[in-house]
Amino acid sequence: MSMMTDITPPHFDATAFFRRKRRLAFAAPAVILAYFAYIFFAFDIMGLAERARLDNARILVADSYSYKTHVTRDNRSGALSIAVEGENKGTWPDGTHPDWVEIQSPDRTLVSLKHGQDVLIDGNRLLYDVPDYGLIEAEVSRSGGIALSLPTDTIPDWISASNARVDITTDAGRVTLTRARTEVMRYHFGWELFWFTLDSPFYGKSLGELATLALSSEHVVEGKSNLAAMAHDVWNNRMWQHKDVIWAIFETILMAFLGTMGAGIAALPLAFAAARNFSPIMAVRAAMRRVFDLLRGVDALIWTLVLARAFGPGPMTGALAILLTDTGTFGKLFSEALENVDKKQIEGVQSTGASPLQRYRFGVIPQITPVLLSQLLYYLESNTRSATIIGAITGGGIGLLLTQAMITQKDWEEVSYYIILILIMVMLMDTLSGWLRRKLITSDDSGH
Amino acid sequence: MTDMTAGQAAARVKSVQDAYLEMTRRKRAYGAVMLIVFVALMVSGFRVADGRNAGGFWDGIGNIFQFPGEVLSEAGQKIANLPGLMWKFLPSLIETVNIAAASTLLGALGAGMISLLATRGLAKWPGLIGLFRRIMDILRAVPEIVIALVLIFILGGGPVPAMIAIAIHTMGALGKLFSEVNENASLKPVEGLQSVGATWGQRMWLGVIPQVAPNYLSYALLRFEINIRASAILGFVGSGGIGYDLKNAFSWGQGRYDEVAAIFLLLFGTIVLFDQMSSHFRNTLIGED
Repeated sequence: MSMMTDITPPHFDATAFFRRKRRLAFAAPAVILAYFAYIFFAFDIMGLAERARLDNARILVADSYSYKTHVTRDNRSGALSIAVEGENKGTWPDGTHPDWVEIQSPDRTLVSLKHGQDVLIDGNRLLYDVPDYGLIEAEVSRSGGIALSLPTDTIPDWISASNARVDITTDAGRVTLTRARTEVMRYHFGWELFWFTLDSPFYGKSLGELATLALSSEHVVEGKSNLAAMAHDVWNNRMWQHKDVIWAIFETILMAFLGTMGAGIAALPLAFAAARNFSPIMAVRAAMRRVFDLLRGVDALIWTLVLARAFGPGPMTGALAILLTDTGTFGKLFSEALENVDKKQIEGVQSTGASPLQRYRFGVIPQITPVLLSQLLYYLESNTRSATIIGAITGGGIGLLLTQAMITQKDWEEVSYYIILILIMVMLMDTLSGWLRRKLITSDDSGH
Repeated sequence: MTDMTAGQAAARVKSVQDAYLEMTRRKRAYGAVMLIVFVALMVSGFRVADGRNAGGFWDGIGNIFQFPGEVLSEAGQKIANLPGLMWKFLPSLIETVNIAAASTLLGALGAGMISLLATRGLAKWPGLIGLFRRIMDILRAVPEIVIALVLIFILGGGPVPAMIAIAIHTMGALGKLFSEVNENASLKPVEGLQSVGATWGQRMWLGVIPQVAPNYLSYALLRFEINIRASAILGFVGSGGIGYDLKNAFSWGQGRYDEVAAIFLLLFGTIVLFDQMSSHFRNTLIGED
């Protein structure tokens, strides 16, 4: 009888257990599904389709791998200018022009677009022969606006025309006419002027030519070796601002480094005060723990805002925000590590007559160093990412450049450049911190 | 060997001692060099950061309590408004938490899939393990703000860009942790299921998931905690939720500091609450403490 009662309960339990498991197996997915249904309506996913601007996506993608060069005629003065992206800093110097622009006479210019299509700017007149469509003729006059003559009666959807403005977009390029100016745009593959701007003597040289120049003793720029001149021109490239970008990346890493290491230094003594086996007074321990909770709970966002008021925008503010938040995190982690310290080692050191300070130095520190270092390095990597975000809020580092480039909504190639740089930066920091972790903590194989 | 004289023994001891002391000295020298390099890095880093900041560190440190003081004093004057304001901002707070929850769920589901595909012994296509690991690395490396900003440009403001951005990062971060959990899963149930002809999906769902679910859940909860912070921050750069309200109240400046205080309080309370909840559940899940 007693044996029966011994056996039955487990059997009973098992059935109930299975039933519960089976219920859970259906309930959990059902709850998740219900939550997603709620989110679907709460976030108005249906409305998203209307709000989404796929043309923006197209611009973003197209701009990130191609650029356009504007050939612009000022219709008031008749002056012609050629500029990459229509920007001042990308303007071709007077008297020079790319080989696809042919200046036939002072006020007659032939622009070759892709697919062998040509646009002729002849004074105030513009002629564009579009294959499979016919000759488009437009004339700008100051009084009457723009007179457009098309081969067909109806206006196709790739032309938008009014008295004040005409836009023609084909797969070969774009033409825009207003009373003030006539503009022809041609698209090219790649990132324009990435190494040298047009005013640099090295512009347009092939890699081989550059290598020869670098090795030759003949100086292109007076008083400077060619290599130094090249480095100077790339570093001070006005279009891409390599100097500022590299500084911004450095600032971001600096924020992460100063913040993480500063937090580690600040947290270590505080962690001793919060650890049960090192701090005898309970009130101190409890107070320390609340301080950690507060530092962590306030969060980097709020710390950034508060500190930005005192220190202004820049890397110092970001570093301090990371420092404060992570002092809380490290304080908690380190004090937990300290509570798990093995007493025997400390007693062993004590038995040799070590002073209290020596006990800490030789009994405690060696035990917690691996935990400490691996946490520090792990956070260094993750804080590089945080520093990017904090930089966007407080105004420093690559985060700021990224948000600025995004807000102007036109330099998408720069946005993609920054994104690539950020990815490289984070991956490098990841590799570096992993490598250091393995190097410094040989005993800890998990690398964590 | 047996008839080693006392003199020989003493010499041996001496040589061992010397070698030990030599090693200690070298170790200490390395330590000193590392310490000097570290201190130099910290000091020069501090000076560079100080120089590139708009306001210097030493000028600013005196003003550090000025802004909190202003906020507190204004909030103190309008203390009667606070509960009402907190009620007013509650919907945005719920949106922030929802962004975090939805992105954690999406990210965890994705991470579960990709981590199974990237674990040796469990992967459906063992040849592609490296590829899936690379994908996880890339997902993890992309800071949320990058994806969020791009998506805000395309999709417009609102919670969805933040949700997708955080979900993508979560997928990478959890994927790595999940695949570490998977490595420790016993293969016996999987082999058992395979012997009765189960498909890959069935083997994973019935053989692996029950083993790893508690650890998955524990990591996902930890991630949820992190994601609440991330979703508040992303709101600040234009993606809805409480961060967006904070930005508005903040840029308004003086006169709206009661709103700033109310949002600070809400955010702080939420973060602490979910911190405590998640650490409580995690402890019961993996049976620590």
